[in-house]
Amino acid sequence: MDGYGGRILRIDLTTGKSTKEPTPVDLARDFIGGRGFGIYFLLKEVPKGADPLGVENKLIISSGPISGMMIPGGGKCDWTTKAPLTGGYASASMGGHFTAEMRYAGLDSIILEGISPKPVYLFIDDEKIELRDASDLWGKDTFAVEKQFKDKLGEEFQVAVIGIGGENLVPYACINHDFGRQAGRGGVGAVMGSKKVKAIVLHGTKSIPVADKDGYRKAGMALYKACKDAEGLKDWTRYGTTIVTSWCDEVGALPTRNFSAGSFEDGKNLYGPVMREKIVITDKGCFGCPSPCGKYSRNKKYNSFVEGPEYETIGLMGSNLGIDDIEAVAQANLLCDELGIDTISTGNAIGWAMECYEKGIFTKKDTDGLDLKFGNVEATFTLINKIAHREGLGALLSEGVKRASKKVGKGSEKFAIQVKGMEQSAYATHNATAMLLAYMTCDVGAHHNRSWAITYDLQVGRELVTPEKVARVIWLQNFRPMFDVLGGCRLQWVELNIDRELYVPALEAITGIHRSWQDLEKVGERIWNLTRLFWSRENEDFGRVWDLPSPRFYEEAPKSGATKGQITNFEDVNILLDMYYEQRGWTTDGLPKPETIESLGLKAMVA
Amino acid sequence: MRLYVDSSKCSGCNACRVACSLNLFGENNPKKAALVIEAHFPEPGVYNVRVCTQCGDCAAVCPTNAIKQNEKGAYYVDNVECNLCEACVPECPEEVMFVRSKLADTAWKCDLCGDCVAVCGTSALWIAEKEAVEA
Repeated sequence: MDGYGGRILRIDLTTGKSTKEPTPVDLARDFIGGRGFGIYFLLKEVPKGADPLGVENKLIISSGPISGMMIPGGGKCDWTTKAPLTGGYASASMGGHFTAEMRYAGLDSIILEGISPKPVYLFIDDEKIELRDASDLWGKDTFAVEKQFKDKLGEEFQVAVIGIGGENLVPYACINHDFGRQAGRGGVGAVMGSKKVKAIVLHGTKSIPVADKDGYRKAGMALYKACKDAEGLKDWTRYGTTIVTSWCDEVGALPTRNFSAGSFEDGKNLYGPVMREKIVITDKGCFGCPSPCGKYSRNKKYNSFVEGPEYETIGLMGSNLGIDDIEAVAQANLLCDELGIDTISTGNAIGWAMECYEKGIFTKKDTDGLDLKFGNVEATFTLINKIAHREGLGALLSEGVKRASKKVGKGSEKFAIQVKGMEQSAYATHNATAMLLAYMTCDVGAHHNRSWAITYDLQVGRELVTPEKVARVIWLQNFRPMFDVLGGCRLQWVELNIDRELYVPALEAITGIHRSWQDLEKVGERIWNLTRLFWSRENEDFGRVWDLPSPRFYEEAPKSGATKGQITNFEDVNILLDMYYEQRGWTTDGLPKPETIESLGLKAMVA
Repeated sequence: MRLYVDSSKCSGCNACRVACSLNLFGENNPKKAALVIEAHFPEPGVYNVRVCTQCGDCAAVCPTNAIKQNEKGAYYVDNVECNLCEACVPECPEEVMFVRSKLADTAWKCDLCGDCVAVCGTSALWIAEKEAVEA
């Protein structure tokens, strides 16, 4: 099939058997790839009520039709599963070179099923597919394992590996690849750990067929030319995502001391240019990327090397913990990567614990003797280790802030900064209503990347609550995740501002199917509704209350910084939801109406 | 003319290698590219890129005279004449002369098409007169 590897690989870990089936033509037509394939298999094959860490859950790894192609950013891999962190839908996007290699091995998706009786790694070299013993790898850190495979098998092999966090089933454990890229959110690493799969090692030498070779080459070259001609290329490549750190600080979006404010008085020490000057040595790109956001750092203070930190980690491990030392943030980043836990959820959870300590809810008796003040770097390092090993206070924090705060009580639920059980990423949303709504309605929990609407807030008036704002959030949610469907990166469009129409002829030449962006957004809308239906299928009480943000964003105006005294009131939070549900064709409790399901052609999928 | 590289600007994205395979074989397959990116991670955290300097050592040893010069003065492999003897491979000082018989029934090398340069977003690659840069 043009534009595809052509095969879905299933690994039954319980029996050790593997099977390959042709990628269904209808699936490719209707769901295209990536997270489209992910939600299709998740809904169809994971039974209702499956334990996320049990034998019935599956880990679905998918590339898309631009993965591994001469298309800017074709290096994104989707990891879909039922999330141990939230009990709902998880779809984590991983950069690097894994997704391209899957396609060169002829694979569109790899589906891990069942549970292996002993630790294994999955070895794929074109047609050779084996589960191999991983007893000697279990307990090792992610970098050591990846290095070991690269040294033994060579540069061409790609490795995805879990750390001790994944082995210990930390609900926000991640999957690591390419010495610094992660499938980070929702606990995909814990699912891999529950299946006793330490790593996937992958190599392929096949070519990916395309429908129109000349058209593809022309369209691919046009995309690269647009990126290279873009005004923003130089600065973006120099700073990557850290380009926004200073802006966030200035507009009050930089999470500070557990999101109690959006500006950090020592934030300047964390800004992109400071980091570049102090620690960055190499620009590191994912597959096919002309504008590499990866900043690889040599951290002299700690005598270590790490990819990053990128903006999210700076926000959560820096300002959110009251830490103003970029080298300390980089080291916290490294520890999380080695141990295989998500820096966003980890930083958020530690921030919550620090606030518990500040408020006297925790004493040293609760913190294993740690003086858990904001700004305590050593305590942060210690807690990262404890979380991955699930020891002491780390065991509590490893459950995520929703569950941890429920256990602790004493009002700590109010400053657990999460939606649907997922810790909020690095945008403080006291007064940014579109971004707040984006977090409230994001299909994995409080994550920013579906609808990065905060610049729009600033553009049109951050406190406004209007149908146009809601429509913008919905449009972004339908459109932006399509890059995760195509197996590519959205950042060329976002940051270099290239014309998205350039992708249309490229996709057509690759797959032989013409799709306008209007067509693609319709696919995005169908997927969005399916993910919502998955949440409601898996959680009997699912509804409006699951979309509410942390009370911090409607009850506690920041006492300092750019958003001092500013807050969104609760009535507006509800108006936002009312407008959102109406525009989505959902009930007032936030569930897709039967006629919406019908009009999107999804009836058969959810029957 | 030859291809030049500044490895310190390379981000390891491999766009050049896909473009290369598309030019040489009409395929999307970086395993059939004529330049190499070595990634040295986690330490020291740098890339090293190896490219053809058009030195001609490969052509000098080819027993079937399969390695010829094109209109740009670049050496290329005539796949009809190549018999996969591999005599050229050890001669290449940059290790960018390739024979992988499972993947192709010809040796291959850089023919200076320039597509790698066109897709490199970090300007790590460029083509210039040999003398102009080396003087």
